[in-house]
Amino acid sequence: MQELLDSKKINELLETMAEKIYNEFSSTDSVALVGIRSRGEILAQRLNQLLQNKGLSQLDSGVLDITLYRDDLDLKGADQPQVRSTEIEFDINEYHIILIDDVIWTGRTIRAALDALMDIGRPKVVRLAILVDKGFREFPIHPDYIGQEIDVSVDQKVRVYLNETDDKEQVVVE
Amino acid sequence: MSELLIKDGRVIDPANKIDTVSDVLIREGKIAEIGSVKASGEMKTIDAKDKYVVPGLIDLHVHFREPGDEGKETIASGSHAAVAGGFTSVACMPNTQPTIDNEATVEYVYRQAAEANLANVYATGAITKGRDGEELAEMGQMVRGGVVAFTDDGTGVQDSGVMLKAFQYASMFDKVIMQHCQDDAIAGNGCMNSGYQATVLGLPGMSPLAEELMIARDLLLVQQTKARYHVQHLSTKKAAQIIREAKQQGIAVTTEVSPHHLLLTEDCCVGYDTNYKMNPPLRRQEDVDAMRQAVADGTIDCLATDHAPHLSSEKELEFFNAPPGILGLECALGLYVKALIDTKTIDWPRMIAMMTHIPADILSIDKGTLAIGADADVTIIDPTSPWQVDVEKFYSKSRNCPFHGWDLTARATHTIVGGEIKFQLG
Amino acid sequence: MKKKSSSKDFVWRRKHLLGLKGMSADELIHLFNTAEGFKEISQRSIKKAPALRGKVVGNLFFEDSTRTRTSFALAVSRLSADIVEFTAKASSLSKGETLRDTARNLEAMGIDMVVVRHKAGGAANLLSQCIDACVINAGDGYHEHPTQGLLDIFTIRELRQDIKGLKVAIVGDIAHSRVARSNIWALHTLGAEVFLVGPPTLMPSAVSQLPVTVCHDFDSIIGQMDVLNMLRVQFERIGSPVIPSLLEYSRLFALTEKRMEKAKSDVIVMHPGPMNRGLEIEGTVADGPNSTVLRQVSNGLAVRMAVLFLVNQASKLPADERIDS
Repeated sequence: MQELLDSKKINELLETMAEKIYNEFSSTDSVALVGIRSRGEILAQRLNQLLQNKGLSQLDSGVLDITLYRDDLDLKGADQPQVRSTEIEFDINEYHIILIDDVIWTGRTIRAALDALMDIGRPKVVRLAILVDKGFREFPIHPDYIGQEIDVSVDQKVRVYLNETDDKEQVVVE
Repeated sequence: MSELLIKDGRVIDPANKIDTVSDVLIREGKIAEIGSVKASGEMKTIDAKDKYVVPGLIDLHVHFREPGDEGKETIASGSHAAVAGGFTSVACMPNTQPTIDNEATVEYVYRQAAEANLANVYATGAITKGRDGEELAEMGQMVRGGVVAFTDDGTGVQDSGVMLKAFQYASMFDKVIMQHCQDDAIAGNGCMNSGYQATVLGLPGMSPLAEELMIARDLLLVQQTKARYHVQHLSTKKAAQIIREAKQQGIAVTTEVSPHHLLLTEDCCVGYDTNYKMNPPLRRQEDVDAMRQAVADGTIDCLATDHAPHLSSEKELEFFNAPPGILGLECALGLYVKALIDTKTIDWPRMIAMMTHIPADILSIDKGTLAIGADADVTIIDPTSPWQVDVEKFYSKSRNCPFHGWDLTARATHTIVGGEIKFQLG
Repeated sequence: MKKKSSSKDFVWRRKHLLGLKGMSADELIHLFNTAEGFKEISQRSIKKAPALRGKVVGNLFFEDSTRTRTSFALAVSRLSADIVEFTAKASSLSKGETLRDTARNLEAMGIDMVVVRHKAGGAANLLSQCIDACVINAGDGYHEHPTQGLLDIFTIRELRQDIKGLKVAIVGDIAHSRVARSNIWALHTLGAEVFLVGPPTLMPSAVSQLPVTVCHDFDSIIGQMDVLNMLRVQFERIGSPVIPSLLEYSRLFALTEKRMEKAKSDVIVMHPGPMNRGLEIEGTVADGPNSTVLRQVSNGLAVRMAVLFLVNQASKLPADERIDS
């Protein structure tokens, strides 16, 4: 196990991402941060706080559970997924949605998330913010805001630990 | 002159209080000699060393389904099952299609039995026409045809007035009246014992009261007459107590018990396996214990299988809709040993008595003994060899038996009827 | 109200949902948490998720039940599976097509799951033994109606913090009620105290061996109850030896406005439906503020989606990790 990012670095990356997002949207846009369960949800909360500090106060936020949209539900031997609630309390039509997740790899999760979003409504724009990009994409999906691209081999696992759920804060490669 | 010599077996003949290692010589279909017999040249000999040589076993309660339901069993296939299980004589219940309630149907049974030429098959006749509980059947005519008992088995005679008349009428023939004791008003549509499991499984229950009420009623009725009364397939603790007390008062009552009521409880019905659906239903453990106790103290007179074949397609129905009853003949002996000998409830001579001369006495048939000159119906039993019940090997046409896969000891190795070997374990 | 999610590692192992007897508290809670996730689907414009896309579910009803059948049909279509409706007269005769025959026919059509309603107790168990598809019991005789039990308790759970310690009265014809049995088992497992209220003629034979308190005087306990689950009284029982008359039954056991005065102000009033207004429950009570009748119906959808999803997940486990009974 090797540490890729420590707590300080994670916060710096989030700050940079917040800055980029802030610069791209005007205060008249309806913007919402939607985190993908479960760590995307926490990152979305943090970005929300950072953006509010910058003065983007009209932010909505929500949580997306993509379990029912996964493409491996029918695979034998896959870990049994736990269904949890999607919590998006606002009407996403005409919204600028920023989808947030901790790690991107094959792109399959994001494909599922986009489908889940489309079943809820028709957003004006969907952007993707990712803390760590592991590469090895299998779908034509690319993040708009990337914290850091990392160089690992395909079979190495990248894990993100966050204080809110894990009692520690770091990104490691296993 | 045909002769058959059974050498060196333990001869158990409870009717004559014999229990000794000896030879048995059969000549011209009769028991000719018991003692030390020297084999002569022509004589066919069976080595019965370490085996038990007993009077041919008798089951006074079987269903051979003929006429009407030949897909389940025929008199021929049932007879084959009987001799394979060591039984030389059986009494067939009259709940066939049509009901055996007249002389012609009785004669039909004997004709089919003679054709099968395996076991001694006795017919019983219905108490009421069509077993509908209303009009008495032609008992006198059926006696002419050779019935050995009357019963509406499958159902009890509900109307007390009809039952009293039946006892009165039957008493002039000295034939026993056998009753399937079940008060329908109490039984309702019950398909298993009413109790915890029926409550959990959500199945309509049949209260023990249904059995007990009818026994109590019949015991009052029969005392008004000179009839003999036999309670079929006893199953509840209180029913056993009622009969015990009746016997103490000298009332002419006998009773039987089946292997399943000595071995299985209502807990078997968890899982809804229809092979555990019986009528009367499987009861609780305390009832099973009471059945064994009643065997031990003589309250229960004899052992009867209630051999009841059913089609697989019927037993594949939902529990409620499946017909009740199971096969008995081909594994009964081993099951009785498990229930009664292995548990030290009774000894071998007593058990053989309950399967030979006692049921013969109830039916008033000249069977069940190895007395010199008696019909040479003999069963040779290997009392110790282990075997496993396999329904696929049954001679019965049906397969409905919950004892499939059970490990038993004791089974018949030779079944001899009228001096002829009708079954030999191969 | 947020519920703590069950353990991440929890694996649902039941390939069939036959009954709630024997189901652990962890299983029940996992199922409720999963159902929570399905509620949202019914609230959005596209009321569908692709979780069971391509699956075929047989809706096998041998007994009339518009509500349960419709609820399952809707649950199936919300998960993007196809449904084959199959209604038939109950096979009760040996000469007719048996339940097994029907099941084998369905299987030959490539059915992945079967929802079954039958008037014989154990019909779902029987079905589960003779086909490979997942079997969901939608009510079998007086045995169980597990999804109704689940949706009842899911509804209570939404309105109260915890099931543990709640006093729940089930009122009416307990003897012939699969709903009562499913409720009794699961409520007991989750720590509720169950009271059965009704005349002795409508109690099951071994009621004393169930984990419940039996009471024949509704008025004496109504004030302590947190939940009143009013069972439907079958009209054919009125005038039979079990209930002398409708009037007498209503006087003794119906939930009337007058009787409600004795109940806690926040008592939850439930009914599995369809209601006999004026028989076991007065119309004003059924429509009153304490009634959860409609909430039960919408929760039923979420619970049934969760069940369909979970049994399908379990069917993919290796045989030795699965519970098939």
